[in-house]
Amino acid sequence: MTEAMAAPGQAQAIAAATPKIRVRGLCKAFGPKQVLDGVDLEVARGHSLVILGGSGSGKSVTIKCILGLIQPDAGSIEIDGQDVLKMKRHDREAMADRIGMLFQNGALFDSLPVWENVCFKLLAQKRLSRATARDKAAEVLAQVGLAASVGDLWPAELSGGMQKRVALARAIAAQPDIIFFDEPTTGLDPIMGAVIDGLIVDCVKRLGATAISITHDMASARRIGDSAAMIHKGRIVWTGEARGLGHSGNAMVDQFANGRREGPIQMELRR
Amino acid sequence: MAALLLDPLAAIGRATLGACRVAGDAALFALEGLSHVLRPPFHLRLFWRAFIEIAWFSLPVVALTAIFTGMVLALQSFTGFARFNAQSAIASVVVISLTRELGPVLAALMVAGRIGASFAAEIGTMRVTDQIDALTTLSTNPMKYLVAPRLLAAIIALPLLVLVADVLGVMGGWLIGTLKLGFVSDAYLKSTFDYLQAQDVISGLVKAAAFGFVIALMGTWCGYRSKGGAQGVGGATTSAVVASSILILALDYILTEIFFAQ
Ligand SMILES: Nc1ncnc2c1ncn2[C@@H]1O[C@H](COP(=O)(O)OP(=O)(O)OP(=O)(O)O)[C@@H](O)[C@H]1O
Ligand SMILES: [Mg+2]
Repeated sequence: MTEAMAAPGQAQAIAAATPKIRVRGLCKAFGPKQVLDGVDLEVARGHSLVILGGSGSGKSVTIKCILGLIQPDAGSIEIDGQDVLKMKRHDREAMADRIGMLFQNGALFDSLPVWENVCFKLLAQKRLSRATARDKAAEVLAQVGLAASVGDLWPAELSGGMQKRVALARAIAAQPDIIFFDEPTTGLDPIMGAVIDGLIVDCVKRLGATAISITHDMASARRIGDSAAMIHKGRIVWTGEARGLGHSGNAMVDQFANGRREGPIQMELRR
Repeated sequence: MAALLLDPLAAIGRATLGACRVAGDAALFALEGLSHVLRPPFHLRLFWRAFIEIAWFSLPVVALTAIFTGMVLALQSFTGFARFNAQSAIASVVVISLTRELGPVLAALMVAGRIGASFAAEIGTMRVTDQIDALTTLSTNPMKYLVAPRLLAAIIALPLLVLVADVLGVMGGWLIGTLKLGFVSDAYLKSTFDYLQAQDVISGLVKAAAFGFVIALMGTWCGYRSKGGAQGVGGATTSAVVASSILILALDYILTEIFFAQ
């Protein structure tokens, strides 16, 4: 009500203050296994959040819930202040049109050549004709350090790192408002990893996109993140500046960032 | 004591509920798939790819099946009918059993092995490698992109295949009839067409369309719902072939009952 009555200038100020993405109390269980147990996250417009956490701690599940690929058991997910879980299907699809996603394993369509993979969303939204798609694909591939000739190969003919970069190209080709990167640099050599990090920073700064990235690489987390959040046992246990990782003062985060065996996090190893 | 008595009942109840859930899921899946067949945008390129895969590449298998079936039918009915001096009925028997029954059923079973398996494997692999999720994030409805074109292609392709099978099957019977059993070619062909009614052929083609739908539905559905890596995809492939084969035979009975029961 107050928003409706506010002057236009004020309404804009309120819009700027609403976080782009806000997750509250997200819960998800697979059978008896409680993977997410009340996750709270907030990302401001044009900011980049890095999510850290041990293997199997539910990072990918969190992102898939926000994308609408997994239906959470409880909690709310707001994008631009609107609860996506309560949206009509049509509105939700419209919302999804503005989101880009890099899947952990690439998830390239192996029945399509690379150039069609890269321009898939633009072609699906009819923002591009098939005749011009190859040129566009070459342009986006160049951004991720791949030659235009790669466009004519099939995904199965690429190395793991090249697949990752093609998947990254596909995620950013449609210039989304919100981008999720699920481990963008795992499987890449350190130099290419730094290049990709630069590209992600570029996307966020140049396009004004809001990004959530998952990574295990601390150097990369410091480079791409404005802020960082640590997930453990289905909850966010720490949030803070990404630059401060490694000397955050939180015992769990410091153990994770420095890769120590001893500390509050016990890996569940069975002998 | 009570537990001992109730346990089997509980198990039966669980199994029944499970079966209902599965059947309901398949039915909803079918409805959603069909609704996308009717609503734009249409993926003509994918329809065409699926159509070629089903119609063109199944042609050799279906053709061979039909020819040999026609030959066997002629031979079997000759030895059988000779006991009643009814050899003249052979041509009619061959053509009617082929068009009504054997053409659609055998062609559908052959296609179920090829296409049901390949649909389930392809879509199942896409499911376990997140490609179906990726479609959703790329502004594409996976039901519309993966399921609808395949359903439509199979519904159209199967009747065409069965038409070819009918012709080749009759030809197989004619070959044996004239070359081996001593019929005069013209007389054989005349008695083939004398007793053949349009209804025989049309009912067979309607059956074929229904079988095509069942094959594509089971293939895509099993693939779509598969989980658990390569093993899951393998399981989906097996279920698709088994389920569509059984459904084809059951549906065949039901459709025959509808068409021909007085
Ligand atoms: N579709 C699913 N069905 C059942 N369990 C699942 C499913 N998806 C994820 N899980 C479980 O949820 C847990 C969290 O998975 P998730 O993929 O989010 O881990 P992650 O934090 O991304 O780990 P990693 O860093 O290794 O990628 C895992 O234990 C996994 O077994
Ligand atoms: Mg993950």
